[in-house]
Amino acid sequence: MAIEERELETIDINVNVGPQHPATHGVFRMILRVDGELVVDLEPVIGYLHRGAEKLSENCDYRQAIAFQDRTEYLAQFNAELCYVIAVEKLMGLEVPERAEYIRVILTELNRIASHLMFMGAFSADLGVFGTLFMYAFRERERMLDLFEEISGDRMMYSYFRVGGLAWDVPEDFVERTRWMVKEARKGIADIDGLLTENEVFLARTRGIGIMTAEQAIDWGFSGPMLRASGVRHDLRRAEPYSIYDRLEFDIPIGHRGDVYDRYMVRLEEMRQSARIVEQCLDQMPKDGPIVAPDLKRVLRPPAGEVYMRAENPRGEYGIYLVSKGADKPYRLKIRSPSFCHLAALRDMTIGHYLADAVLILGSVDIVLCEVDR
Amino acid sequence: MIADNPWIDATVRTLLVVLLVILVVLILIWLERKVAGRIQMRLGPMVTGPYGIIQSAADAIKLLTKEDLRPATADRWVFELAPFVAFVPSLLALIALPFTAHLFVRNLELGLFYIVAVSGLSTVGLLMAGWGSANKYALLGAVRGAAQLISYEIPLVLAILAVAMVSGSLNLVEIVNEQGRVPYIVWQPLGFAIFIIATLAELRRNPFDIPAAESEIIGGPFIEYSGIRWSMFFFAEYINVFVLSVLGSLVFLGGWNWPLGNEVGWPLQVVLILLKTSAMLLLFMWLRSTLPRLRIDQLMSFCWQVLLPFAFVAIIVNGLVLVYEWPDVVLGLLSGVAALVAGALVYHSSHRTVPSQPWSLVPAKGID
Repeated sequence: MAIEERELETIDINVNVGPQHPATHGVFRMILRVDGELVVDLEPVIGYLHRGAEKLSENCDYRQAIAFQDRTEYLAQFNAELCYVIAVEKLMGLEVPERAEYIRVILTELNRIASHLMFMGAFSADLGVFGTLFMYAFRERERMLDLFEEISGDRMMYSYFRVGGLAWDVPEDFVERTRWMVKEARKGIADIDGLLTENEVFLARTRGIGIMTAEQAIDWGFSGPMLRASGVRHDLRRAEPYSIYDRLEFDIPIGHRGDVYDRYMVRLEEMRQSARIVEQCLDQMPKDGPIVAPDLKRVLRPPAGEVYMRAENPRGEYGIYLVSKGADKPYRLKIRSPSFCHLAALRDMTIGHYLADAVLILGSVDIVLCEVDR
Repeated sequence: MIADNPWIDATVRTLLVVLLVILVVLILIWLERKVAGRIQMRLGPMVTGPYGIIQSAADAIKLLTKEDLRPATADRWVFELAPFVAFVPSLLALIALPFTAHLFVRNLELGLFYIVAVSGLSTVGLLMAGWGSANKYALLGAVRGAAQLISYEIPLVLAILAVAMVSGSLNLVEIVNEQGRVPYIVWQPLGFAIFIIATLAELRRNPFDIPAAESEIIGGPFIEYSGIRWSMFFFAEYINVFVLSVLGSLVFLGGWNWPLGNEVGWPLQVVLILLKTSAMLLLFMWLRSTLPRLRIDQLMSFCWQVLLPFAFVAIIVNGLVLVYEWPDVVLGLLSGVAALVAGALVYHSSHRTVPSQPWSLVPAKGID
């Protein structure tokens, strides 16, 4: 009797990760096709958080639209506000008082640290650290949020920057308090560094996965830490300085291999550099002076024209494209979100890796879904 | 002997041990939460009772009153039996576990072998849970769990076997008495290291919590369970933690002996075993709170490429010492050197890929 030879057949299964899944940091969904543990295909599904922020902004006047920037980029609100506010100022040709510029940059850089701290916490949770690093990171982040709340009146949706300056002046102890906070934040960053960076398990997990070469990263339209981790020397604060960044000294960390580990390291070092920027600003800041440009009309009506303002946000290049027809509302407002471009490359980064790595690679992108879906 | 009739004697001893273990598990869950809380700069449970001491009891009541859900697509019998299959082996192990020289249910001649054998059985429960749930995450977790537990059983057994070679017995009471004033951890650091790592994997705790990876497959095999069935898995897990901690303190830490003498009274014996077990438990909790999770292929290659060869090294070293009748100091030295070599290997292989300067700082001016 002939024995029928048959190859053992294995089928790939589809694993649906999200929209309700602890690894997706919001409402993101990826459909993974796995061969055992190996990912053979990935399909990102976005749109669960679409709220029409752009269209809504077009129905508000220029001041009201600031609030939508907070809600779009809910981990780096000041950064998003700054970008929008500068865009409108460019349209109107406004000069912002010195003191307001400094306060803006201080808050923006603090917010960058806070956002990266959030990344550290969430990323460590993806890695499987049982919440310890999360708490370390959040100790520092809480302090910053307390300060932001005291300044702006809200923990999350600040709406503090205004076209031409700030909404109101900062509290009196702002300088001392920020100085102390930055000192503490440096300690907190050192704690994170000590707990994770040299850990053997961490190295084994993050080295050599999700690699993007410099060419690939540029082709996919990467920006921010993701781009710099791939070894591209590009930082908008340097390449086309806005606000007062050309007066400040700071270095830009560049990764070598473009893997998940490099992305982590770049963000870690960026926090230290941001702390440096804040300290410099605190030294140079004028003690008092106006915080809003003089002679501002109640209703802003920028002259007809268009502007594209891009700023270096914690996640990458955040762009605001504004078209004005001379009315009190923007004719068109388009947001360029960095995470959207990064997510597009998720499939290429993940295929060929293990299921557990897919979670890490997604974590290393540091997505904010509100900003992707808008 | 507690009573003359062997049946009554056995029943009383079993009841004592089971009650003890239920108490221990409740305390353990509370302690784990407290310790993890402290490590994370939190207070942990504080509201129920002083320092939240009855939090575990409150949790138990909550879990008992919850609805016992079963997915419509689940394989009914497999799904419902799985918690029992996981739970019973962990209780079985207790039968042969001596807590002091006199407090045990049965002092089996092959006690060590028996405990290792039955604690491996809970894998079946895990597989049943994963299969019966009809859930992809659960299936992935169950397969991961089976692979992990079967692999790590081998270095665990080999590490223990090395000890049994030296002590010349598989009877746990005799192993403890054999250690006398100096526990085996001094003479067998390599064996102890392998035992700890394999135990962590066996218990599915960080960095080996791969079958239940919370951030990847959301609890793995337990994903569809709720209420009492889920808490049975949880309970079994903590009994296993306790059993293996006691086993570790018996086999490597000298059990109820201490450096000042062998003949200590039973109250002191209880205190000693309690202290040593707590040390093991706290080590597990500490590791759990600070380590990231390995990936399944790294876990397997670590087992087969590092742990297993070095477990054989431990056995060979012990064999040489036994054959040539070298003094214990030589054994300790050889084992220590082997442990250091293993550590250096792991360190080297993980740090190999890291350049001395992980990133380069581009100075202020001159960026593209």
